[in-house]
Amino acid sequence: MSSDVMTIQSAAASGRPWTEVLHEWITTVDHKRLGILYILYALVFLLIAGFEATIIRIQLMRPHNDFVSPQVFNRMFTMHGTTMIFFVAIPVLFGFANYLVPLMIGARDMAFPRLNAFSFWLTALGGFLLYFSLLGGNGLYGAGNAPDVAWWAYAPLTSRAFSPGHSTDYWTIALLVSGFGSIGTAINLIATILCMRCPGMTLNRMPLLAWLNLIMAGMVILAISPLTAAQVMLSVDRYLGGHFFDTQAGGSATLWMHFFWIFGHPEVYVLVIPAFAFASEIIPVFSRKPIFGYPVMVGATACIGFLSLSVWAHHMFTIGMNSYANSFFAITTMAVGVPTGIKIFNWLGTMWGGKIQFRTPMLFCMGFLFQFLIAGLTGIMLGAAPFNWQLSGSYFVVAHFHYVIVGGILFALFGAFYYWYPKIIGRMLNEGLGKLHFWLFLIGFHLTFDVMHFPGILGMPRRIYTYEPGRGWDTMNFLVSVGAFVQGIATLVFVVNLVISYFKGAKAGNDPWDAWTLEWSVSSPPPTYNFASVPTVASRRPLWDLKHPEDPDSRYE
Amino acid sequence: MSTMSAPMAEPRGVWSLPYRGKVGMASLIFAESAIFTIFVVAYLFYMGKSLTGPTPREVLETPIFYTVCLLSSSLTVHFAARFLHLGRRGAFLSLWILTIALGGTFLYGTAQEWHRLIYEHGLTISTNLFGTTYYSLVGLHASHVAAGLVMLSIVLLFGLAGRVGPEQSARVEVLSLYWHFVDAVWVVVFTVVYLLGR
Repeated sequence: MSSDVMTIQSAAASGRPWTEVLHEWITTVDHKRLGILYILYALVFLLIAGFEATIIRIQLMRPHNDFVSPQVFNRMFTMHGTTMIFFVAIPVLFGFANYLVPLMIGARDMAFPRLNAFSFWLTALGGFLLYFSLLGGNGLYGAGNAPDVAWWAYAPLTSRAFSPGHSTDYWTIALLVSGFGSIGTAINLIATILCMRCPGMTLNRMPLLAWLNLIMAGMVILAISPLTAAQVMLSVDRYLGGHFFDTQAGGSATLWMHFFWIFGHPEVYVLVIPAFAFASEIIPVFSRKPIFGYPVMVGATACIGFLSLSVWAHHMFTIGMNSYANSFFAITTMAVGVPTGIKIFNWLGTMWGGKIQFRTPMLFCMGFLFQFLIAGLTGIMLGAAPFNWQLSGSYFVVAHFHYVIVGGILFALFGAFYYWYPKIIGRMLNEGLGKLHFWLFLIGFHLTFDVMHFPGILGMPRRIYTYEPGRGWDTMNFLVSVGAFVQGIATLVFVVNLVISYFKGAKAGNDPWDAWTLEWSVSSPPPTYNFASVPTVASRRPLWDLKHPEDPDSRYE
Repeated sequence: MSTMSAPMAEPRGVWSLPYRGKVGMASLIFAESAIFTIFVVAYLFYMGKSLTGPTPREVLETPIFYTVCLLSSSLTVHFAARFLHLGRRGAFLSLWILTIALGGTFLYGTAQEWHRLIYEHGLTISTNLFGTTYYSLVGLHASHVAAGLVMLSIVLLFGLAGRVGPEQSARVEVLSLYWHFVDAVWVVVFTVVYLLGR
């Protein structure tokens, strides 16, 4: 494939004033540049929120520690949770979706490029507002402070009486604004995937990444909108004297919980479905086999999406719902395990009998498979209402959802970085540093989050800023903190790798992994217009057909 | 270089995909429906739970005339788009103006009602739970009507400048889809606030 003609350096910045380059990036409507902006933005917040996690872990390293005050501790876990979910996980996944979906379905851009830019800048404004609270949280009274109402901001903590100043308002507005951005991007993804596919790219031939992002976008629309509505209500309460969550006037604190978790639980699947998408693209390529059970994968994901809309109250077993509600939410929660299990078996089926190449992307995906399975199992434990009554609000829950988000989502995400970095930048990430990153992170992860389950079972509640010695938690908390530092070092190795490989990495060429989807048919990085002529596809693996004209997939599908 | 030189047979027939404007608007409508659902649920949940007066039964009057106005504007916008598609600009413009007038009348009705509630009955958003849920639900809907009227008026300005022809009918239909949604939501709000809520 003669790619020389195509190698148009889109970032041929040399010789131009930096202001012009900056102006170009700020005003861009190109899906690839916006994708990169999303990812960079998320990486910055990853470092900030990781730093906050480190402060939490230093404080909890030994009993009666006074590294930070209780007030600062509250702000740290609030900012850590809010930042990680809204300003790391969502933007980075949207970034990859933005970058990859049009390339994979043979389109030249998203359906609405300007909406795309608008959505990104809304998300950016949201993150800025959240951190501006550090300056403006107390308004004109003096030094500000950050929100300290935890990431789910239960009523009545958020009422004027308990949250004076503006810190809670910055939290509300940040989520409201970035929520509009998320809805905009979701609408854009749906319209792109349904309306912009290249000829021959039927729904049945779409790469799984596009399918899964379609389902994710649908869930964003159904999950983020309730949060937006709830934030509007909270603002009405705080600024106009409304009574939605004001128990003194007959309002209900429980209603906020329902509204928050109607968003909060599907949100987990909004984040994990793109992680599934990365695994579904990476595992086949490094097993040298097509994905096992393509239609079942799509069906199972749609099923997860559907079921996840009816499980939210398993976060609320301890508030005292009636036994019918408890049973309903316990059963639906466990039912999610069925399609998830199907997916795990399909990935194993893809690897089974394949010629597995243990490159860094594949290592991260295998870590994802193993850890996501365990995370799912503790999820089923917590889904059983009586078990939940015992452990809700303990470190067991914290360990469980970090297993999902770090062990599952972040591992798949790191795999995606190693897999698509060559396409986005044009240079390979260093394999040695990549493996170091993987093993360090794996060790740190298991040290932190395997151990964290046990203080939870022994009764350590979450969100406490310190604890008494001699309860059997001391050593474990120390180990958890050590693991957090190891993860921090591993993340720095990753950042160093990103920077070094940008300048010194080996040239990637169009298709370094001998992969099968359309993004690998164009140069790395792809030209602004993606495809010089719009491609036509005849199977799920168009590049396989191109490389093996004697035995194309289209003969069998 | 042709990136994919397509060794396989071209797909037969014409490759046709849905119009992105319609898909985008349909997605937006789903998102908006979710937002409205939350506000409707809050209204239903807090029905009759106000600790103080005034109650809906004492102060609300069923706005039948304004409801008829809004619902019939769905018909006018539909036929306006149809006429535009057929290239009958005059009929399009007059029905379009009628749509804006009907929507504007509805908004005036809401304003009247709010004025009466505030100045005659002393009901504001902070009076009681009824006030909180009523003003936010009806206000959310009214703000959608207002946004729709702004968009309709922009199209009207372009239309009066002679810039809207049959080639824009697909876009105009996307806007009419939004307007239908605003009307459909009113059916729900009307049922909840004025029929069930009293």
